[in-house]
Amino acid sequence: MTPQITIRNATLADLNSIIKLDSVGTEEEKPAYWSGVFDRYLEDGRNERIFLVAEIGGEAVGFIVGEVRAWEFGSPPCGWVFALGVSLKMREMSIGQLLFKELCHRLKQAGITSVRTMIDRGNKLVLSFFRSQGLRTGPYIELEKQLD
Amino acid sequence: MKLQKASLFALYAILDLASDPDRQLSATDIANNFNISTHHLAKVLRTLVRSGLVQAVRGAGGGYRFAGSINRTTLLDVIDLFETLESELDTPNSGIQTGKPIMEELQSITTEIDDLTKAVLDTITLETALNSSRLRIRHTV
Repeated sequence: MTPQITIRNATLADLNSIIKLDSVGTEEEKPAYWSGVFDRYLEDGRNERIFLVAEIGGEAVGFIVGEVRAWEFGSPPCGWVFALGVSLKMREMSIGQLLFKELCHRLKQAGITSVRTMIDRGNKLVLSFFRSQGLRTGPYIELEKQLD
Repeated sequence: MKLQKASLFALYAILDLASDPDRQLSATDIANNFNISTHHLAKVLRTLVRSGLVQAVRGAGGGYRFAGSINRTTLLDVIDLFETLESELDTPNSGIQTGKPIMEELQSITTEIDDLTKAVLDTITLETALNSSRLRIRHTV
């Protein structure tokens, strides 16, 4: 039987679960970083910041964080996804897809018409996921250099 | 980027077959769908069969059937069977050192372009490409 997946807003009680879920992808726990994200994204009534959790049987099994950013790099208001994670044991159950779909729905409600993200070129899994959701190379190119 | 004909025909064939994995198509069926040479396509299909992405079904009513994983196989996996996507700079190897930094810089730029191309092709699965194609059909209708 397919388990019931619930997508809901993150709460402070999710902090430890999110730190653990995130560390699976990055192999590094970042408690201070996530505490800061929870401080900024859990405020009520801010529909331009979205922090969602996927839950199965009361357990957090995935998350997505995004927000509306305007005029950075000269870009008109646009939705950004900057974190996504799904429990290893819950992969291929469309959890990422459900999270992304709900985030896009919220962005549309906020009047946003496009969404973007930035992914390590070597992260084939996440790149393939976002491509499967219809994202393509956008109009901006990220440039960087090593500082001597 | 200019794909070799064999790579392009392979992508046509694999996407056509993967769009309905239970269906068998002959080389002529596929060639007609894309208005390409059956003779050339038959050679391409032999390579696809050897790779395991396609299965040849013998006998009356035989043909070809998709045998890979639609959500794991990427466009680059298919292209890699026929060519390596490396830009070729036809630089002379004269041993003269004066122009070497410029030649190396141009090589570095083409490598950057190649890496981006591969990053795109290696993250589009057959499933994603087919879903996007179906969306195009819906938008056209």
